[in-house]
Amino acid sequence: MSALETHGLAKRFGGLVATNDVTFRLEKGARHALIGPNGAGKTTFINLLTGVLPPSAGRVLLGGADITRLKPEARVRRGLVRTFQINQLFVDLTPLETLALAVGERLGEGTTWYRSVGGDALAREVDAIAIRFGLADVLDVRTDTLPYGKQRLLEIAVAFAWAPRVLLLDEPAAGVPAAERQDILGAIAALPADVSVLLIEHDMELVFDFAQRISVLVEGALLTEGTPQEIAADPRVKAVYLGEAEHG
Amino acid sequence: MSVAASLAQRSRWRLAEIVFWLAAFAAYFAPGGKQLLLNEIAILALFALSLDLILGYAGIISLGHAAFFGAGAYAAGIFCKLVLPDPTAGLLVAIVIAAVLGFATSFLVLRGSDLTRLMVTLAVALVLHEIANALPDWTGGADGLQGMTVGPLLGAFDFDLYGRTAYAYSLTTLFLLFLLARLIVRSPFGLSLMAIRRNPLRAAALGVPVHRRLIAAYTLGAAYAGAAGALLAQTTGYVSLDVLEFQRSADVLLTLIIGGTGWLYGGIAGAIVFKILQDLLSSTSPQFWMFWMGVFLVVLALVGRERLADGVRALVGRVVGS
Repeated sequence: MSALETHGLAKRFGGLVATNDVTFRLEKGARHALIGPNGAGKTTFINLLTGVLPPSAGRVLLGGADITRLKPEARVRRGLVRTFQINQLFVDLTPLETLALAVGERLGEGTTWYRSVGGDALAREVDAIAIRFGLADVLDVRTDTLPYGKQRLLEIAVAFAWAPRVLLLDEPAAGVPAAERQDILGAIAALPADVSVLLIEHDMELVFDFAQRISVLVEGALLTEGTPQEIAADPRVKAVYLGEAEHG
Repeated sequence: MSVAASLAQRSRWRLAEIVFWLAAFAAYFAPGGKQLLLNEIAILALFALSLDLILGYAGIISLGHAAFFGAGAYAAGIFCKLVLPDPTAGLLVAIVIAAVLGFATSFLVLRGSDLTRLMVTLAVALVLHEIANALPDWTGGADGLQGMTVGPLLGAFDFDLYGRTAYAYSLTTLFLLFLLARLIVRSPFGLSLMAIRRNPLRAAALGVPVHRRLIAAYTLGAAYAGAAGALLAQTTGYVSLDVLEFQRSADVLLTLIIGGTGWLYGGIAGAIVFKILQDLLSSTSPQFWMFWMGVFLVVLALVGRERLADGVRALVGRVVGS
């Protein structure tokens, strides 16, 4: 059984076909990348996977269970978590509060109103996540005062706080200065092996560094899928993507 | 600092808070018959606090918050007349009625932009106002609800003409509900509201059931507003249609904005400034006090709350220093 599958997934906006009959498998523990030129429908595809948009047709299966009709937060609760391409963090909360929110929701404490945020289990987990992502020394500052690289790490950390089975990383290193880039690549490489990761990325260096399999999305449809070597050698991929622009 | 210690820091009491509440309770003993005004301040503070819960924490803007204030006021008034004159029981009934109304109308504010929410909340308050107007047998209609004889507080303390009992009652209610609100906003539930206000999509992507949390927050805010309405009805012994008027929704929004949203004390600070200005201005220029209030609000909006406070502080410093 795969970690995440889609069957004939489609999304039409009026006459525009943004996602066209995509049947896709993400294996358990996969390090899989989804690439494609600008406007290929990567964002729409993620929105369909995470439930932000309802599909026009097709199904989404998480661990074999049909989640096509579930709301975004219900998918998160089942272990399908994403990060965002552009930071969508809570700018005037601290990383501590942001992580405590995610861990607290996972521990089922989100409706608890009669005591302050805290407790041993939550504190231990937040601490462990902060250390894993190199955020331990910046937990108490406002998020928007963090260096950009740290904010990107927090994006990944807060998704990781949900202990995802499937993690969708949407351009995790986009816009990060070279000096801080290695921290992010390191954090991604150090993700636990049992987490299945789908990386949506423009940056070919990162894709070929990270992925064991690559799928290519063009004009809303899957063009091909294979190992990095196969993709690099595929003349069609070169034609639509690699040749067209090195970085979109 | 460890994670546990940092988290504990979030709910620590500050000295200024303790001093403020001690001073508020000490004002009960102050001579000079200012307790009537203080009672009004406490009620407006509670009303503004209720708006802070939904606007400052959950991010729901409302131009019709008087709907719940009015519902609480009429509930307390009618309960007093028809069922039981005991004020505490009436307060609880008003809270429940307002909460039910808040829950029922919360579904209208879940979706849509701020503009839709402004219109929907305004509309709900208008509808309630007309209902109260159309049911004179229950509400007294345009004449107001008369013949409320509120019983002694806790069966022992009569409401006096100078407003001492009224102030003690309103302030204690405000304090208890404030303590509860303080607990709630620092809880995991409160943290999820803060996240929703900042970015509902992102909150949902972190597993927060946004709609359910907003329903809970809106219901809570309505219950608080109902308590404020009940206090007004019981301490004045009268309810008129103006408890549901647009002016009241607008005033409470102004009050909260004067004091600042999202820190719980904004409603209290705003109520103190608003009521004292109203008192001063209306005694010095009875016809034009709204004009000066308007001038104050424009200055506040242009200069900004922080800079205005800094300016006053610097001015005081210079006067004291010279």
